[in-house]
Amino acid sequence: MDSSNVPEFTPKHGVPPRLRDYFTGASPFQRQLASVRKQTPFGQTPSRRKIPQCSPLQENIDPQKIAFLLHKQWTLYTLTPMYGFSYTNLKQYSTLLKCFLAAEKQKGLAVEMGEDFNFKVTFSTLSGIKGTHRDPAAFLVQIVSKSQLSSKNTEDKVVWTGWFCSVHGDSLLENVPDDFTCLPLFLANGAESNTALIGTWFQKTFDCRFTRLTISAFSLSWMAAMWTSCNLEHYGTATELLWSVPCSPQSLDISYAINPEDAKALWDSVHQTPEEITQEEVDLFIDCLCSHFHRHFRINLSATRLVCVSTSVASAHTDGKIKILCSKYLIGVLAFLTELAIFQIE
Amino acid sequence: MSTREADLSPVIPIIQTNPLAWKMRQITSGFVPLNWKYGQNDKEELEYAEYNESEALCRALEHIRMVKEKGSVEERHLRTVEDIAWKSGLAPEDIDTLLDVVLSGPFAEAVKNRMLKCLIPATLIPESAVVRAFSRLCASNCSNNTKVLFCRWLIAMFDFIDGKEDMNSLYGFFFSFLQEETMSCYICNLLYLLTKRENVKPFRVRKLLELQSKVGMQPYLQALLSLYKSFCPNLITISLPPKRKFYFKTTDSIWQAAVYIVKERNHKSLLPSVKLTIGTAYSHPRKKKWNSGCIIPVPTSSHISKEEQDKEGGSSSLDVMLSGHKSFPLEQLHTFSQLLDNIQNIELPSQMCSVLKSAPLLHYLNCIQDETVWLRLYYWMSQELKEGCTWCKVSNYTSEEEFRKFLDIIISAQCFLQEGFPSSEAFLYKSLPLWDGVSCRAEYLQLLSWIPLGNFSEIKPLLCDSLTQLFFTSSIYHKCSVLYSLKQLLQNWLLWHAMEVSVKPTRSTSADTPMIALNSVSELISYVGWLSTIALRLESNSSFLLHFILDFFETVSDMYLNYNLPLVMMFPRGVFYPALLTSDTIALNHLCYIMYRYRVNLTAAKENELIRQERLKFNKTYQEFNEYVTALVDCLWTSTSFEKDHYLYIDPQILEKTKIREYKRSLNLINHPALLPYSIYFLLQGWPAEKELSLSSIQKKKWNWYLDYLLLEELHGLHLFMESSLNIADSASSAHTHPANKRPKTCISEPV
Repeated sequence: MDSSNVPEFTPKHGVPPRLRDYFTGASPFQRQLASVRKQTPFGQTPSRRKIPQCSPLQENIDPQKIAFLLHKQWTLYTLTPMYGFSYTNLKQYSTLLKCFLAAEKQKGLAVEMGEDFNFKVTFSTLSGIKGTHRDPAAFLVQIVSKSQLSSKNTEDKVVWTGWFCSVHGDSLLENVPDDFTCLPLFLANGAESNTALIGTWFQKTFDCRFTRLTISAFSLSWMAAMWTSCNLEHYGTATELLWSVPCSPQSLDISYAINPEDAKALWDSVHQTPEEITQEEVDLFIDCLCSHFHRHFRINLSATRLVCVSTSVASAHTDGKIKILCSKYLIGVLAFLTELAIFQIE
Repeated sequence: MSTREADLSPVIPIIQTNPLAWKMRQITSGFVPLNWKYGQNDKEELEYAEYNESEALCRALEHIRMVKEKGSVEERHLRTVEDIAWKSGLAPEDIDTLLDVVLSGPFAEAVKNRMLKCLIPATLIPESAVVRAFSRLCASNCSNNTKVLFCRWLIAMFDFIDGKEDMNSLYGFFFSFLQEETMSCYICNLLYLLTKRENVKPFRVRKLLELQSKVGMQPYLQALLSLYKSFCPNLITISLPPKRKFYFKTTDSIWQAAVYIVKERNHKSLLPSVKLTIGTAYSHPRKKKWNSGCIIPVPTSSHISKEEQDKEGGSSSLDVMLSGHKSFPLEQLHTFSQLLDNIQNIELPSQMCSVLKSAPLLHYLNCIQDETVWLRLYYWMSQELKEGCTWCKVSNYTSEEEFRKFLDIIISAQCFLQEGFPSSEAFLYKSLPLWDGVSCRAEYLQLLSWIPLGNFSEIKPLLCDSLTQLFFTSSIYHKCSVLYSLKQLLQNWLLWHAMEVSVKPTRSTSADTPMIALNSVSELISYVGWLSTIALRLESNSSFLLHFILDFFETVSDMYLNYNLPLVMMFPRGVFYPALLTSDTIALNHLCYIMYRYRVNLTAAKENELIRQERLKFNKTYQEFNEYVTALVDCLWTSTSFEKDHYLYIDPQILEKTKIREYKRSLNLINHPALLPYSIYFLLQGWPAEKELSLSSIQKKKWNWYLDYLLLEELHGLHLFMESSLNIADSASSAHTHPANKRPKTCISEPV
């Protein structure tokens, strides 16, 4: 038997030196544990961030694939590090996942591995979607239903898409040993039932855990500021903010649309430090918008909750849905989402 | 099917319970029943007087063996065999003989079936007999009915077959019977019991799938397929429908009952029956979202084995067959002995969280050195706790009840491992500021007691700020539960430290670990002392609260001797004096006991090198101790507590104003509010005739009797303290003097 298969035994001392060796710990895990205590109760979000930049690595991406990721509504999930995932086995994973899905869909009927069905599952890497070279490669999973007609002209229909990525996810990487793959952000598009099945398979196979990623109003205001600050040649849509008034029986939404150029002008007047955005600037930006609104409509928006932000760069909803519109700032948007995902995991 | 089941029952004779026979059976514990007489009063049984069971059986079997042609078997002999078998079971060799005869002899089918039905083992069934019988079954042209009956018998008696190896080598033959439609359900059940990993082959998988396409979704087939899946997840996959609980028809309960009765009579303990259980986790009580919190899956083997990971994809089925990989499937791991037998072949589950519910796997976890295991558990549990937590309201998928159950599972795992999970520690810090102090209180506070021993200065800002606020603003019950958890926390820390110290010498680790532990423990104790002092004031010295506080300090007083920690810390005055002046006897007694333990520990600590070195630090402890002992003795014995220079000194003029006569003695053993009922009851019991109750009459001899009486009343703490701290030179001589007049010699520890 392969010796690496058998976990090491240490009959010499009765107590395994793991958690109890708290003070001498130097291994990644112990550092992780030590950081548990270093954390402030709610963690601290950084009070300044970089303005999203065009990533040099992004040039490696197949433009077709990028186009595929844009203009779609993605549901956001966070994912804890995957154990035992290997990029060399993608082909095998697609077989396993396909059979799993087949077995789940016809509950009670056994399915032989490698059997052929009227759908297939593909795994493919999205090289280039990363912030630094240390970020693990992003990958895409698709369920494609094969057309019944045998003619090759009819295109296969993509039923469900999901992708895993990590952009500037270094802070999570630091404490994790090599057996784990850290892709904390998962985006899914397609029927929720499919997401559930595929999520279950990933959870079972790689011992990870999916959680819905919701975006707080606080983060949304950051998004509004960061995306407004992006330099675009032309603006596709108006900048629109959605505030929700909590009242029964139905909540009332207030939509606030601004000309993107005006928004940019307002931002430029607020923004001071080059290449960086600070918390004060974000607050000031939102405050300005609110006071403007107040002057016209006598409605105090600060008493309501920001639920949705849409700009020409991307649009995000508080319940964890995002649509990315601009390929130039794809990486920038993903970096912020990765940060939020990591924050939720830790 | 029902007809077949029905025709099994008439064979069973009424089992006579005969006290004499019972006795005889007890004496003869061998396999073969020895001579015994039937009861005298039973008419029918009288015929069989002097009847020798084993001889009769021998004769009957001999006769049956000799039968050459159909129909010539004598009913009498058949009856004999049946009677004996159902009553006391058949010995292994008899089963061998009978099986052999049945399947080869020229009997009518009804006779064959009758004989098969009475194959009740007294002890075990020899495997060789089964193998021989099975080969006869394959060779001869038995009817399907007989084959089915034989299969059912095998299933029912599977646990009594003394070995399965040879049977397993006939796996292919058993498997081939699947083609017979009438038998496939029994064969599946039999294969389910017999299958090992090496039996799962691609061609068999294909055969089963063929059968599936023929018969459709049959529960028995699903069960076998799911077993195949658990052995070789890379050949086949199946997901079982959630509701079904039973996959096989219940085994023939009449046989089981017969075996049970036979074993009972023969005083043999039943073999533990280890049967595979099919994933109960598939059936959640309620349909839940796939990633909602608080679901703990059952342990399942990994879908992808390590070898495959190393290979670069490709077809794997052949390699699985060829590789001698013999890992033990977790689905079959239920007992500790199974773990011991297979410990080299255990594979970790695909989802680490599933270990939480499996005791053998927790054992296993405890002895492996693989950090990834803990990290996997850490990530999962952090998310799960965050999702499930009802007061953090990330999602509304879980109810408080579910979350409570989930916490219970974590806590029991922590108790089992005797250490806290870092994820539950992190969760505690994060969720404590939001906690209302009510929901899941019992469970949540238990998490508190498993915080790993670490630097208290690090823990304090995360824990104590919120905890203190909650503590002071909540009910007395909440306060008591918090104090109880803190006591558990202290005990856990002390235990960890004690273990660390005992293990340390063999390993070279930094020397300051004990110092950190020491500091943390002492900081924790001062924190609890501070909490207790204020809590006692807030709750106006409630004796209920006092119990919990004293409980905590009982642990503290014994730290040096019980846990080998070079530290003795006294309780604050805010705890000592309320306990001294309480009207609750139990609290006073408890206080005396703690003072006694302090003395024992302090005396022992004097010898300790480390404490000698840090004399200055410990001098304060000794001084405090001496102050408390003096106060205690002044109050209870010498009645000098209100005099000048004593801690409880009160201006006599003020005391006069209280108009209490003899206020000096109002706190001694007789008049102390906590002991007054005892002294009164003592007088009432001892001198019931006396008209006037005079407490001051408890003097001299009566005083000593009174002390004995207090001991009889189980006030051991008081007694131990008295024995250790008061040196009453001679009980006889002291009896002459009034205890208040003569100041007993107290032996008080001097500063080292």
